[in-house]
Amino acid sequence: MFLKKTSIGFCLGFCMISSAAAIELPALQSDLHGFLDARYGQRLQDDPHEDDQILAEARLQLELSRMGDWATLQLKTDFYYDDVVDQDDIDLEEGTGWLDLREANLSFSPQAITDIKIGRQILTWGTGDLLFINDLFPKDWPSFFSGRHVDYLKAPSDAALISFFPEWANIDVVYTPGFDADRYITGERISYWNPALDRRAGKEDIIKTDRPDDWFKDDEWSLRLSRNLAGYEVALYGYDGYWKSPAGFDPLANKATFPRLRSVGASIRGNLGKGIASVETGYYDSRDDSNGKDPLVPNSEWRGLLGYEQELMQNFTTGVQYYFEAMQDYVRYRDSLPATVSSKDEWRHLLTMRLTWQLLNQNLSLSLFNFWSPSDQDGYLRPVVAYKITDAWQVSAGANFFWGEEDHTFFGQFDNNNNIYAGLRYSF
Amino acid sequence: MLEAEFLAKPNKKPGEKGKVKTRFLGFSFKNKKILRFTLCTMPVSSASLGYAFAIVWVLEQRLKGKNMQLMRIFWLILTVTVLTAMNLSAAELTADEVIAKANQAAYYAGKDGRSTVLMTISDAQGGTRQRAFTILRMNSDDDNQKFYVYFTAPADVRKMAYLVWKNVGGEDDRWLWLPALNLKKRIAPGDKRTSFVGSDFLYEDVSGRSPEEDSHELIEVTDQHYLLRHVPKAPGTVEFAWYQTWIDRQTFLPMRAEYYEASGERYREVEALKVETVQGHPTVMIAEARDLRSGTSTRNAFSKVEYDLGLKEQIFTERFLRRPPREVTR
Repeated sequence: MFLKKTSIGFCLGFCMISSAAAIELPALQSDLHGFLDARYGQRLQDDPHEDDQILAEARLQLELSRMGDWATLQLKTDFYYDDVVDQDDIDLEEGTGWLDLREANLSFSPQAITDIKIGRQILTWGTGDLLFINDLFPKDWPSFFSGRHVDYLKAPSDAALISFFPEWANIDVVYTPGFDADRYITGERISYWNPALDRRAGKEDIIKTDRPDDWFKDDEWSLRLSRNLAGYEVALYGYDGYWKSPAGFDPLANKATFPRLRSVGASIRGNLGKGIASVETGYYDSRDDSNGKDPLVPNSEWRGLLGYEQELMQNFTTGVQYYFEAMQDYVRYRDSLPATVSSKDEWRHLLTMRLTWQLLNQNLSLSLFNFWSPSDQDGYLRPVVAYKITDAWQVSAGANFFWGEEDHTFFGQFDNNNNIYAGLRYSF
Repeated sequence: MLEAEFLAKPNKKPGEKGKVKTRFLGFSFKNKKILRFTLCTMPVSSASLGYAFAIVWVLEQRLKGKNMQLMRIFWLILTVTVLTAMNLSAAELTADEVIAKANQAAYYAGKDGRSTVLMTISDAQGGTRQRAFTILRMNSDDDNQKFYVYFTAPADVRKMAYLVWKNVGGEDDRWLWLPALNLKKRIAPGDKRTSFVGSDFLYEDVSGRSPEEDSHELIEVTDQHYLLRHVPKAPGTVEFAWYQTWIDRQTFLPMRAEYYEASGERYREVEALKVETVQGHPTVMIAEARDLRSGTSTRNAFSKVEYDLGLKEQIFTERFLRRPPREVTR
């Protein structure tokens, strides 16, 4: 609690600095930018566990950057009013409350071949399109499913990114001293399948978690080695930390847990024919269940994806991906599971397709993203329409449709959350 | 600097190409084959002139001061011939040579270059939208180039960067940097004749169209311009049936380009409205592209143009997408 308050004070301090800097803009050679964004989303069906509103918020993002001779300071803060979720407590980790600090970092180059960025930052890598294997940086699933701008799928990390650039490769090391979990589905805004209750649950059954939160003990390491080989981007990845969403369960404490996870992986991406192809794979070593016998901790998995994207005609691009998760020690998993509990398949197959069409001098953009899992027999459809009225004003609308044959599969569990939304944004 | 397409008064109407006589050195050539023959034989003629000089000189030595009148006539004829030949050699370029020089002048000036662009897109109703960005360009081997485009306006694309490794004769490698996600997104190679950031300029106007992709024909040489007609070698891959350019004879900058449909309808124009010399390189400072069918037009005003900055190749990598270099932020 103390930590939480400190970080609020810290953040407010930052905000005041931002305002002060904005007034003295020319002298500081800094600039203040951001946007105002209002959004509303409505469920398309009754959900016994949630309100009809899925999203009702107004948001002001202020961005300030200052470039000095030896370092660059970057601040990005969201102030928002949310009508759906109770906003009493500001939690910068989970992004709840009326304030969400997106970025607050300092970057500098101590040596010619080294860059360092310290502080709150958004981190992304890997080759998937809305699919992540080796990108184990935090995601924000409620934002993604409820109609916020897709940028909000990435939640910030409090980390140090150290990059080395020798001749032969780029090396990125990310150290996160305190575990940064996903902003996962808690039941607060989005209803979900609760395996302990063996039914769907919502805001009356908020997931209680036991999150590793000792700084410098419950830490995370991410590593990437990458280089360009004749136009092909090749990368190797490593991660040591925890499952990012609460994938385990502690029956004694009656809490969901974040079991330990270590992963290694690789990817390659480059031009192929008239499009770009990508291949990525990763092995998830679930260290708290290395033999696969514990039903309350996920088994280890192989994950992989193949992607291809091509511009079929001017301003019309299509992308397809095949993705799989292959559970290791499946027999032991089945044997360990109580007969009454619904089991996962050994293989989860997922196909995605993205269609993007830009019209009216690229001011109108129509996009459709479809997830379909033939093995889980479920899916998720994301149509989005966005129109730039002027350089500053943009209006957008979209929908999130989930479907599934069963209640407990990844997308199927959300099918009471089908929603449509609309938003208006003024950027400055 | 980077978009260099051009201005010059077209002295004939489009679609009349066949009826126009080709003028060269004040002579009219009805048949371009004759002109081509004349141009091709120039080097041979030059060599012959050398021999002629030698012969006249030897003749003068033999005559040893006798018959000076005759010698004066010989020298006079020779001098006139030489001057004429020199005049000829200044213009004796084939269409391919002109387009090669134009390509160099428009897209390869210096070892590298920088330019800040204010792009104003006007629609048929008079509404305007603006884009502001800085372009860095660096020439690498085999006419390949690298481009770094850093956006500063409008606000929703601010700090986005677009990176292109242009591979002559192959597909370009392209990436978009999305700062909100800290993501380097690879973009499918795609149609280079697609609008650049929603303007009337195309990707190909920014990075250059390879001369190898068209066959070029020199139609006319005026006091100021070479007029060339270009026909695509693979017509199915482009939206035009042919286009013509007016290339400045001094600077070799294309001053005007007109694009035609197979029906002969002109539907697109690109024009250089202002040219200045920067560090010895004639540079287009204002360029305009017009879509004659939709009534939209886009004007690019270039500023802070600089050549030979000594850009390092590493600027054109992910490292400097994450951390935009001073060359674009200042």
